[in-house]
Amino acid sequence: MKQVLAVLTVVAVIVLFWYGSCIPMNIKGALTELERDGAEVQPPKASARRDLGEFGLVLNNAFAIPATWDQKKPRLPSPHQVTIELWETTIQKKITSKRSLIYHGWVTLSATMLGFVIGTGLGVLLAVGIVHSRVMDLSVMPWAIVSQTIPIIALAPMIIVVLYSVGVQGIIPKAIISAYLSFFPVVVGMVKGLRSPDAMQLDLLRTYNASRSQGFWKLRLPASMPYLFASLKIGIAASLVGAIVGELPTGAVAGLGARLLAGSYYGQTVQIWSALFAAAILAACLVGLLGLIEKSVLRRMGMAQ
Amino acid sequence: MILVIAAIVVWVFGWWLNSRLASGPQADSQLVRFLAPLIFGLTIIAAWELVVRGLDVPLVILPAPSAIALRFGDSLPILWADFVQTILKGALSGYVIGCGAAFLMAIAVDRWDFLRLGLLPVGNFVAALPIVGTAPILVMWFGFDWHSKSAVVVVMVFFPMLVNTVAGLREATAMQRDLMETYAATYWQSFLKLRLPAAMPFIFNGLKISTTLALIGAIVAEFFGSPIVGMGFRISTSVGQLSLDMVWAEIVVAALAGTAFYGLVAGIEKAVTFWHPSQREQ
Repeated sequence: MKQVLAVLTVVAVIVLFWYGSCIPMNIKGALTELERDGAEVQPPKASARRDLGEFGLVLNNAFAIPATWDQKKPRLPSPHQVTIELWETTIQKKITSKRSLIYHGWVTLSATMLGFVIGTGLGVLLAVGIVHSRVMDLSVMPWAIVSQTIPIIALAPMIIVVLYSVGVQGIIPKAIISAYLSFFPVVVGMVKGLRSPDAMQLDLLRTYNASRSQGFWKLRLPASMPYLFASLKIGIAASLVGAIVGELPTGAVAGLGARLLAGSYYGQTVQIWSALFAAAILAACLVGLLGLIEKSVLRRMGMAQ
Repeated sequence: MILVIAAIVVWVFGWWLNSRLASGPQADSQLVRFLAPLIFGLTIIAAWELVVRGLDVPLVILPAPSAIALRFGDSLPILWADFVQTILKGALSGYVIGCGAAFLMAIAVDRWDFLRLGLLPVGNFVAALPIVGTAPILVMWFGFDWHSKSAVVVVMVFFPMLVNTVAGLREATAMQRDLMETYAATYWQSFLKLRLPAAMPFIFNGLKISTTLALIGAIVAEFFGSPIVGMGFRISTSVGQLSLDMVWAEIVVAALAGTAFYGLVAGIEKAVTFWHPSQREQ
C-alpha cells in the first residue's frame, strides 16, 4: 500500500514537472501565435522578446501559460495532448487506417516477435553446444562475451540495404536485426544457467548412471529456467529496439520507428511522443507478459521464491 | 571454385586445431584459453576472404576483410574525426554526466525510503523501455551537433546506473551497519567507509552496462540528424552510397572502441574492488 502511494507520488511529480517544463519550452511559439490572433504581448517587439529569455517571457505574459499546453506543434507537447493523440490514434481510428498506432505497432511487433523467436532459438541451441562441447566453449564463448560490449546495432542500416539489394524486404530484414540483438544475451544467460547445477547435483546423477542427455533434460535444462527468463526479458527489449531502429534507414512507411522518423521530418512532435509512448507501452506489455509466464512456470516447477 | 574449397579446408583445419587444443593435455592453461578464440577468429576471417574471392561476391553485398582493412588504412583521418565526434564528444560526455547524475540521485534515493519505494519501480520500468526512441526529440531540442547525442546517452544510461547503484548501497549487512553505529559513525562516515565500498561491485556493473548503451545511443542518435561527421552519419551515408567497405571500417572502429571502453572500466573495477571474491581467485 505504501509502495503504491510512493509510486503514485513519483509519477504525479513527474507529470507536474512535465507540465511545468512545457511553459518555458513553448512560450515563444505560443506568444507568436497569440500575437497573430491579436492579443497584447509584452514586450511588443519580436526582437526584444528574443533577448528576454524564456523565463522573462513567462513572467511578463502570465496569461499565455494555458496556451503553452495547447499548441499545435509545440516543442514539448503536454501530457494531455499526448494522451489525447494516443487515444485518437488507437481506439478511435480503424485498425486498417494508416494513421492508427495499433496498425503501426502491429507492424513493429510482428517483426520483433519473429526476430525474438529466431534469436532465442538459435541462442539456446548455441548455448547447449557450448555447454556440451569444450571446443565450442573455448573458441566461441569469448566472442559471444565480447560481442556484448560492442554496439552491434550499428550493423542495422547495412543489413537492411544489403538484403534489399538481393531482393529481400519487408519483415525479414527487421526480424534479422531483432534476432541478432536478442541472440547474444540469450547465449550468455543460457550458458550460465546450464552450468548452474553444482558438482554435488551432477555427481548424484552420475551415481544414478544417468546418460548425458538425461542429465541435460532432467537437471541442466530445469536448473537454467530462471536464467533463461532473465535473459529473455533483456532479449525482448533488445528485439524491440532492433525492430524500431531497423525501420529508420530505409524510410519505411509503416511501423513505430517510421512514425518517429516521419514525425521528426515534419516537426509533428505530438506524433513523435505518442509513437514513443506506444513503443514504451508495447515494451512494458512484452516484458510484463514474460514476467507472468516466468512466474507461473517457476511456480509449477517449484522454483518460485 | 578452388578458393571455396580452400575456405572449407581452412575451416576444417582451424576446427581440428582447436579440438586438439581443447582435448589436449594443456586444455586448461592460460595459453590455450587465449589461443583458441584467436584461432577461431582468424579461421573465420580467412574463410570469409576466400569465399568472397572465390564466389566473386560483389562489394555491395559483402566486402572481403582485406578490402575493409585497406579502406581502414586509407581513411584513418576520417575515421579518427568520426571517432572524436561520436565517441569522445557524444558518448563519453553523456556517459560521465548520466552516470554522475544517476549516482547522486541514487544517494538521495537511498537516504529517503519514500523516494526508494516510489522511484525504484519507475526506474526498473524505464530501464526496459526503448529509450533510443527519444533521439528524434532530443535532436530537435539540442540541435544536430554532439550535444543532442550526449543528451540521448544521458537518458539511456541514467536508469540502469540508478537501479544498480541503489541495489549496491543496500548491500552492506545489518550487522556491519550496527558495527558502524557502535563506533558512533556519522551518516557520511558510514557511507564512505562501509556502504560505498560495499556498493562498488554493483556500481561497476552499472558502469559496464552503460558503456555499451552509451555507444548505441550516440550512434543511433546520429541517424536522426547530425553534422557531416560522426560514426552514425558515416554509416548511414556510406550505406546510401553502397560503399560497404567504409561501413565495415566504421563497424571495426565501433567494435574496437566498445571493447576498449568496456576493458577500461573493467580494469578500473579490478583495481578498485580487488577485495571482492569475483576478483580474488586469479
